[in-house]
Parts: sequence; structure tokens; C-alpha cells
Amino acid sequence: MTNTTRNRIKDKAFQFFGVFCLLVGLVFLGALLVDIVTRGMGRIDWDFLTSLPSRRASRSGILTAWAGTLWILVLTSLIAFPLGIAAGVYLEEYTKKTKLSSFLEINIANLAGVPSIIYGLLGLEVFVRQMGLGASLLSGALTLSLLILPIVIVTTREALKAVPQTVRQGSFALGATKWQTTWRQVLPASFGGILTGVILALSRAVGEAAPLIVVGALAYVPFVPSSPNDEFTVLPIQIFNWTSRPQAEFLVNAAAAIIMLLFITFLLNGIAVYLRNRQQKKIKW
Amino acid sequence: MKASEKFIETLLWLAAVITILITVGIIWVLLSGSIPFFQEVSVVDFLTEKEWTPLFAQKHFGILPLVAGTFLTTAIAIAVALPIGLTIAVYLNEYAPGGLKRTIKPILEVLATIPTVVYGFFALTVVTPFLQNFIPGLAGFNALSPGIVMGIMIIPMISSLSEDAISSVPKALKEAAYGMGSTRLQTAFRVMVPAASSGIIVSVILAISRAVGETMIVAIAAGQQPRLTLNPLVPVETITTYIVQVSLGDVPHGSLEYRTIFAAGIVLFIFTFGLNNLSFWIKKKYQEKYD
Repeated sequence: MTNTTRNRIKDKAFQFFGVFCLLVGLVFLGALLVDIVTRGMGRIDWDFLTSLPSRRASRSGILTAWAGTLWILVLTSLIAFPLGIAAGVYLEEYTKKTKLSSFLEINIANLAGVPSIIYGLLGLEVFVRQMGLGASLLSGALTLSLLILPIVIVTTREALKAVPQTVRQGSFALGATKWQTTWRQVLPASFGGILTGVILALSRAVGEAAPLIVVGALAYVPFVPSSPNDEFTVLPIQIFNWTSRPQAEFLVNAAAAIIMLLFITFLLNGIAVYLRNRQQKKIKW
Repeated sequence: MKASEKFIETLLWLAAVITILITVGIIWVLLSGSIPFFQEVSVVDFLTEKEWTPLFAQKHFGILPLVAGTFLTTAIAIAVALPIGLTIAVYLNEYAPGGLKRTIKPILEVLATIPTVVYGFFALTVVTPFLQNFIPGLAGFNALSPGIVMGIMIIPMISSLSEDAISSVPKALKEAAYGMGSTRLQTAFRVMVPAASSGIIVSVILAISRAVGETMIVAIAAGQQPRLTLNPLVPVETITTYIVQVSLGDVPHGSLEYRTIFAAGIVLFIFTFGLNNLSFWIKKKYQEKYD
């Protein structure tokens, strides 16, 4: 065998290995989804969605869990988005290259890499204890807001960067101030991009369990929260709790709750992808 | 400038500066929780004792078993994710037709969007029983199964960052390699991967940092038994799992047991902070070598 044929065979072999590696990822993903749907789908009915948790698996439902998740979604959006978008606008539109701005950038990159459970410790000490908010929805939402803030800031900046300078220059030439330009020209032009990033950040927040456990969200909440000061649970914590029980029936409940959680996660991601594609098609600078 | 303009700029500035407060807050919380802890437990004991039993009557405060558990699950995850992720990156760059690349990348990204509690459920109820068919000594809770699942979860992280790094290598290098008669494989691993090595290393470091901080997969499937071992078949406990375990229990606020989670947290923070900054440093030092 010549060197050339040997190298060709190696090349071909790697090609097959490449396909194999792709398949590992895809088969794993497929197996996970099929397993969860076959185990949990039969459990999902109206009662499951509208029942309170119970000691008996067959009577347990996820009403408090998804109500908590919905509350967290809304509160986290209300806190994280104005803050994150404002910070993104400041860093992209207002700062010059100063020491402070490069320090802010490094700091935000660092925050993005801090494990979520550390944010839980921060929330526990600052919101639950120092500010006395207790293990409430508000504490949980504030904690998750800090967690996703770096993502919101970074994606806002990316979206603002995509708006060409000519738009700003045109606005300034007509006598608009900095803020008028930002508010009336730059932000509307980058709205789609910002929204995409913001929704992706939310889908991250929806799946988080660890920081909320540390903050003190409970596995068993016998009522639907009615104000931000109420105690709460969320879908990921309910899933974690059911997965930790020894009885097999609770695993079926967990699978059913996972279907609901994946539905919300995929829905949010789907909206984000749709918005991004539409944005890319519509605007040609 | 008008007053209202100035006012708005100040508001925006405040929003940006809050990010600094978050960092200060994290460091303050970790320090104020762990300084009282280290007044009662010596740092030397903390770093050298081989047992971690703060919740037992006979208390030992050696962090090593938790570090070993974290190291073990992370090592398994990287052993899975690095070869597969890098192969996928090379394959998509050098071999795959454009259409396949466009369809496969978003599907792989789905792996990164699934909540980690779902992976934990899958590791415990499917992957562990599956592995027990081949490995008879495998315990119901172990480091192997969550390690593998975590590895598959971070494949897209390594593959997409590495692919970006490989595709930003100048085309001339690739063409020169082909011109010399190299096969695609030789071009990929002798020219492209070495040229993109800094970007690939950055992707691996970020993946390690992610695996070190990962919580729910190991909390569900790796067990809650701090053990100084590198045996992947027995239950272990990671730093993150310990924090979850204490949070779920009813340890009184302000007690020594309560403060252990801040001591554990500061160790975790130092690890991930170090890894992240190492990756920034490499990125900055080796970036744009070809421009």
C-alpha cells in the first residue's frame, strides 16, 4: 500500500468518524425526547395541569409550579430588561473607550461565567436576608434578573452594533439630540435583535432550578401565589423534587412536568429564531 | 446639553454601573459568609483534611472530597465533549456539504437549550440503568453517568466555538496545504487545528468552567456522598451539590453548618473566575495573529 492510498483511507475513516460524532449528539437528543414523551405524555390531562401538589402521585398536579414559573417569567422580564437594555445602550452608544468602559466590559464577561448557584447565594444574603424579602417570588425574580443581565446586555450591544452609523449621522444632521437619536432611530431599528436576545435570556431563566433552591423556593407550595411577596415553586424545582422521590409513579409525574417545561423552553427559543430570521430577511442596510 | 439629556445619560450610566455592584455583591456575600467560618475552622484543615462531614455529629471540614467529586464529573464531561465536539467542528468545516451544515448546527444547539434538570432526570433514570447493563459494579448514583450527560450537553459549546476559530483561519493556509497534496484530514489536523489552537483552547476552558459550576445534573444523578475518590462508579458529591443539599435542609441561619455553603461557594467562585480569566487572557494574547 502506498502512502497516498493510506492517507486516503485515513481521510475516509475520519469522515465516517465525523458522521458518527454527529450521530452521537443527535441520537442522544432523540432518545431523550422520545423517552420523556413516551413516559410522560399519558399523564398530562386537565387535572394534572390544574391540581395542587399532593402526597399521592396520581393526585398531584403542577398548577402551583407553572403558576410560579409564569410569575417568575413576568417579574424577571420587568426587572432585567429595562436594566439590561439601558446598560447595553450606555455601553454601546454613550461611552467612549475609557478605562471605566473597558473595566465594565471585562466585568460583564466575568459575570456571564459565574455559576448560577453563586447567584443563588447572592440572592439569599442580599434579597432574602438583608432586604428582608424572604423566600418570595420577588427574591427569586431579582436573583434570576441578575443572572441573565449579562446576556441581555451583550445581546443588546450586538443588536445596536448592527445599526449602521449613517442612521445616527442622519438623525444628528437633522438636529436630533443623542437621546432622541437613540430612542427614535437606533432602538426601533435594533428592536428585533434586542427582542431575540431577550427572549433567549428568558428561556435560560425558565429552566433554572439551582439558584432558586438556594434562595429558598419550596418544593411543596399548597397554594397559587397571588402577589410577588408570596412563597413559590417553579417547574424545574417540582421536577427535581419528583425525581428525588423513590416511588416510580412520581417519575411519571416528573416526565409529564418536563414535557411542559420543554414546551415553554422550545416555544421561547422558536419565537426567538423566528424573529431573528424575519429580521434578517426584512432589513437590508 | 439639556438637563433632560444629562438626566437620561445618568440613568443609563447607573444601569451599567449596577453590573459592578453585582460583582462587589458576590464577593462581599462570599467573604462575609466564609470569614466567620474560617475563624472557627483553620484554612489548613479546610484544604488538607480528607473528610467533609459538616452535617454529622463528628464534624470534619476538608473540602478535598467535594473538589474531587467536582473534578471527576468535570473530567468525564470533557473526555466526552472534547473529542466529539472538536471532531464535529472539523467535520462541519472541512467535510460536510453546506446544506448539512446549515441544518445540523441549529439541531445541535437544541442540546444547549434544554434545562439541566431535564438532563439530570435522563441521567438518573435512563443513562445509569443503561450503563449498568455493561458495568455491573455501577452504583445507582455515580460520577460516570452525569459526567457523560454533562459532556453531551456541552458538545455544542465546544463545537461551535471551535468551528468559529477554525473557520477564521485564513484561507491561504488551507489552500497551501491542499496545494502541497495534503488530504482533508492532514490539512485539518496539521494546519487548521494548530492554527486555530488558541480559539479551541478557549472553548475548552469555558466548557470546563461550565462543567465545574453545573449543578442540577450532578445533584440528581451523582449522589450526595462526599468521597475522596477518582472512582467513577461510586456515589460522590460536588461542591454545587453540597450547596443544594444544605439549601434543601433546615440548617439554622448563622450556624457553622450554614456558613459552610459560603466557604464551598468561594472555592467554586475561585475556580470558575480563574478559568474564565485564563480564557480571556489567551483570547487577548493570541487573537488576530493573522491579520
